[in-house]
Amino acid sequence: MSRTVVNAIVNGEPVEFLGGGGQSLLDALRDELRLTGTKEGCGTGDCGACSVIVDGRLVCACLMLAPEAEGKRIETIEGLADNGHLHPLQHQFLEQAALQCGFCTPGLLMASKALLDRNPDPTETEVRYWLAGNICRCTGYDKVVRAVMDAAADLRQEEKPK
Amino acid sequence: MSDGNQSPVSFKVVGHRPIRPDGVDKVTGRAQFGADFHLPGMLTGRIKRSPHPHARILKIDTSAAEKLPGVKAIVTGADLDVGAGGDIEAGEHAAAMKDVAANVLASGKVFYQGHAVAAVAATSPEIAAEALDLIEVTYEVLPHVIDVDEAIAAGAAVLHDDMFTKGVTPKPAKPSNVAQRHVMGRGDVKAAFAAADVVIEGRYTTAAVHQGYIEPHACVASWGADGQSTIWCSSQGQFLVRAMTARILNLPLSDIKVIPAEIGGGFGGKTTVYLEPVALALSRKCGRPVKLVMSREEVFLASGPTSGASMDIKLAATKDGKITGAEMELRYQAGAFAGSPVNLGCMTAFACYDVENLALVGLDVVSNRPKVAAYRAPGAPMAAFAVESAIDDLARKLNMDPIDLRILNAVRDGAKTVYGATVRYSAFVETLEAVKAHPHYQAKLKPGQARGVAAGFWFNIGGESSAAVHVDEDGGATVVSSNPDIGGSRASMAMMAAETLGLPIERVRCTIADTTSIGFSGSTGGSRVTFATGMAVVEAAQKVVADLKRRAAQTWECDIAHVEYRDGVATCLDPSKDAKPLSIKALAGKSAKTGGPIAAEVSLNAQGAAAGYGVHVCDLEIDAETGRTTVVRYTAAQDVGRAIHPAYVEGQLQGGAAQGVGWALNEEYVYNAKGLLDNASFLDYRMPVASDLPMIDTILVEAKPNPRHPYGAKGVGEVPIVPPLAAVSNAVSALVGKRMTALPLSPIVVLAAMGKA
Amino acid sequence: MSGVEYISPGSVAEAISALQAAGENGRLLAGGTDLLVQMRGGRAKPKVVIDLKAIPGIAAIREEASGFVIGAAASGATIGEHEALCKAWPGVVEAVNLIGSTQVQGRASLGGNLCNASPAADSVPALIAAGAVCVIAGPNGLREAPVESIQTGPGKTALAKDEVLVAFKLLKRAAQSGDAYLRLIPRTEMDIAVVGAAVSLTLDASGKCIAARVSVGAVAPTALLVEAAGAALVGSSFEEAALAKLEAAVAAACKPISDKRGTIEYRTKVAAVLARRAALIARDRAQGAAS
Repeated sequence: MSRTVVNAIVNGEPVEFLGGGGQSLLDALRDELRLTGTKEGCGTGDCGACSVIVDGRLVCACLMLAPEAEGKRIETIEGLADNGHLHPLQHQFLEQAALQCGFCTPGLLMASKALLDRNPDPTETEVRYWLAGNICRCTGYDKVVRAVMDAAADLRQEEKPK
Repeated sequence: MSDGNQSPVSFKVVGHRPIRPDGVDKVTGRAQFGADFHLPGMLTGRIKRSPHPHARILKIDTSAAEKLPGVKAIVTGADLDVGAGGDIEAGEHAAAMKDVAANVLASGKVFYQGHAVAAVAATSPEIAAEALDLIEVTYEVLPHVIDVDEAIAAGAAVLHDDMFTKGVTPKPAKPSNVAQRHVMGRGDVKAAFAAADVVIEGRYTTAAVHQGYIEPHACVASWGADGQSTIWCSSQGQFLVRAMTARILNLPLSDIKVIPAEIGGGFGGKTTVYLEPVALALSRKCGRPVKLVMSREEVFLASGPTSGASMDIKLAATKDGKITGAEMELRYQAGAFAGSPVNLGCMTAFACYDVENLALVGLDVVSNRPKVAAYRAPGAPMAAFAVESAIDDLARKLNMDPIDLRILNAVRDGAKTVYGATVRYSAFVETLEAVKAHPHYQAKLKPGQARGVAAGFWFNIGGESSAAVHVDEDGGATVVSSNPDIGGSRASMAMMAAETLGLPIERVRCTIADTTSIGFSGSTGGSRVTFATGMAVVEAAQKVVADLKRRAAQTWECDIAHVEYRDGVATCLDPSKDAKPLSIKALAGKSAKTGGPIAAEVSLNAQGAAAGYGVHVCDLEIDAETGRTTVVRYTAAQDVGRAIHPAYVEGQLQGGAAQGVGWALNEEYVYNAKGLLDNASFLDYRMPVASDLPMIDTILVEAKPNPRHPYGAKGVGEVPIVPPLAAVSNAVSALVGKRMTALPLSPIVVLAAMGKA
Repeated sequence: MSGVEYISPGSVAEAISALQAAGENGRLLAGGTDLLVQMRGGRAKPKVVIDLKAIPGIAAIREEASGFVIGAAASGATIGEHEALCKAWPGVVEAVNLIGSTQVQGRASLGGNLCNASPAADSVPALIAAGAVCVIAGPNGLREAPVESIQTGPGKTALAKDEVLVAFKLLKRAAQSGDAYLRLIPRTEMDIAVVGAAVSLTLDASGKCIAARVSVGAVAPTALLVEAAGAALVGSSFEEAALAKLEAAVAAACKPISDKRGTIEYRTKVAAVLARRAALIARDRAQGAAS
């Protein structure tokens, strides 16, 4: 098996790992870097449980080969909280009970972050269509959507001059 | 025992919406699910599966695979040792262990594409995959049968030559695919039909649908040299996994420790075993831990969906709308081995309604598909689809409001169900009335929209549970629960303990114990955890309170009858004693002086679970040129007794409704002519995505708390999936202008029904 | 997926050499949203994966006097964020933006969508209707070919084994032009198109159609350019008769199969419906474009 050393920046920290042999970025995150917060729900890009942000883009980690991470800036769920302070999205998900089993939650949070990074004031429809690639079987999405929109409001407040 | 009828106004914790105690781990990626464990020396396991829907296994040659460097163990059905089998209680049904074992690793025959035949453990996923290719299995391919009605028909390929239909006398001379015929009923349906003003008939079919949990099955098993082993797994029941694994491998229960990982959805689908016995057998062969995780494709091919169904129904009614009799035959797919929930379908079909004369027949039918597993109110949604559609037809025929018709026929306390239970603490009528008064039901429909209404029932069970409450030296408390948390139950357990102990919720934490650390429990399912395990939690907390009072009395040297305990503080009611109040913190701080650690554990078999009733309303539109349906508004109402944590109860209603909408519109197993599954992926097994649904409003009806539970709780998790199939179908039927009888109502089906395809 | 080598060439020439060296065992990688799925499912077993994304310009979008040049590996997301492209070719952009989820959009490319050659590829009908031109690099230099000549069958293209598709050209057209793409899927997102229809057209000052191209997808082994459907619109002001002729032409051109996603009858019927709807949206956009 041909594996190469891959250098990337994960959650702000430079990392080095072995990748290759057909391994996906998801495999590398989970098995090489032991960052198991990103989940495999299907391995074929249909469920979004493996959502991460690469160079500012929301992607499925199962649809990238590990060597493609070379030189990239990768954000995973483990980096969403800021030194132990929950991101408003994480806070709202908890406040609004927007998770039950929690398996799709890391992917949903990363996808929601990518949305709010781009669109600070999304409508309900925009939230739903942006998150269509994140399948949740437990919640029926209602509380998820509310949590995302409330987190967006929180973030907009934070940016208002005090 | 607390009074379940206590006014909610007086509760300090129960009924509120605190953040769940396990929540932070779940939103930060720290929570450990079954596939998240890494152990030193851990091997990767993979399973070789049958490419044929029906075949005899002539030979399994593992010699080439054994030689591949990195392969450490290979097992087949020959490595299992289930013996005579017997039954194990598994959630809401008994599991025939011989069948479970043969499903885990085939013995002699394979019965569906994807049936496990052998397994390997190797030092890397790549080597494991290569090893699978090197295992040579020689099959004698046999004719197969997929559809339930075809499997019953004469001439169908027979799966098991020792299957003689149970429940039929005399015993059939020849084996067939009908495992069992269930019969239940009462009264005189013939007379009811003879006297009826209106008769409604229909044949209804539903397709097999999967629970669709996002987390595939996963476990790590580690065998020790002395025969003691540990299993970490994603499961709804660690004791169930222990029992089944022990039975399949013929091991003593006390030698297997099962640690429940966080579970990424179950919905009943994880109340059995697929991987754990295999992983343990592999680990046993090589002495190293083995991780075994299903791919999504394997989940579809080899884990149990629920049954597809074919049902015939007839209703007899008076011209005023009173249903006087009903006849129904339900034929459910069991998949490869006996055990569809058809009997539960028969029991629940008319449980909402007071129908005097009933005749129900249920057929449990095997065919070359994966063995079905429980799926949220197993058996009930399909039956309700038929019944609630027929009732909708009746309402149309009599020009009656669909809710009024249901109120007229609804069961009330004291009525008897067809399976002999007496209806108690039912708020079904109140739920119907709440829906009728709700703005959704009152709202005018826009042109091109239609509204469907349907009701549903689930028993909810009690059963065996254990829990412990420990008071920490600084006056906080830990609840130890015997049940995996699939919906947020840790929050409810902590809340009920906090309420009972008089502590703020932030001081009470909840953990889920492994099989060695808490008393036995039945699995998480049957909508029973808040009820039964909650009851154990409250009883344990009450024992702690009694203990605290004793210690206070001892400290004050007063009679225990003079000790009052409220809001975490014990006070002495005897004015003759110099007795400053003692907080739980103070009592805990000197527990050694008053008898030792403060803790209590309770194991019980909870009785008195109360059934749940739901009523859903669905508004939708159809694109008349393409047949595509859009749900525009949805409301789910349910008789919940008392919502311990209302947000998580709402979540159950919303999640169940969403699953039901998917079941109604787009989800189905698609088989090709070769008996192979065509859509074993989330791409073509179409579950609702966020843009498919509107907000789902909920109505929590707490008119009749369950007095048998210390806080009045009824089970809530399963009822919500029962009404949606007909709620959606009744609306679609209204728009199409004819009764839709086959699910799913995909655009192709709807367009054809509109006569425009 | 063992023994797969990953190469990231820095130029087209390097990529072509790598392709030649790998032969049967090589696969090109752009967004990876098809290739990785096929590798995981065992349907593709390359020994060498050649990642095109490091080639300068292959993921870029340029606006030139003659029109737009879209790098074959540009992601759907970057295409959707390109304001000028969205304004000039809303149909092409909406088609590519319908491929998969937001996550897939972050990676999926026009080049990959075309060369994967699924009969249901969402961007292809829109590119055909737009008259897009493919820029193809080979050992002997560049050549151009109309996009409708590339797909030859499910999973098959007209590219030679040592050719790399590097860009798409969308040639500038008259001011009052518009395009649109519609597809039918059972859910709102995440499904492969059961039917897709694209229309690109130009109006004169009075609103009469003076040029039109109609293309349908998922109703034949490749996306189809339905010349008779375009002809039905030319000279019309979208009267009912013209639209009916459009629908009939589309229905006649369909050669669909019945599979797990749709039946022959359904696809044929709905292709006509979507073509009509897309024509009217393209017309509305063309009228809006003039103002």
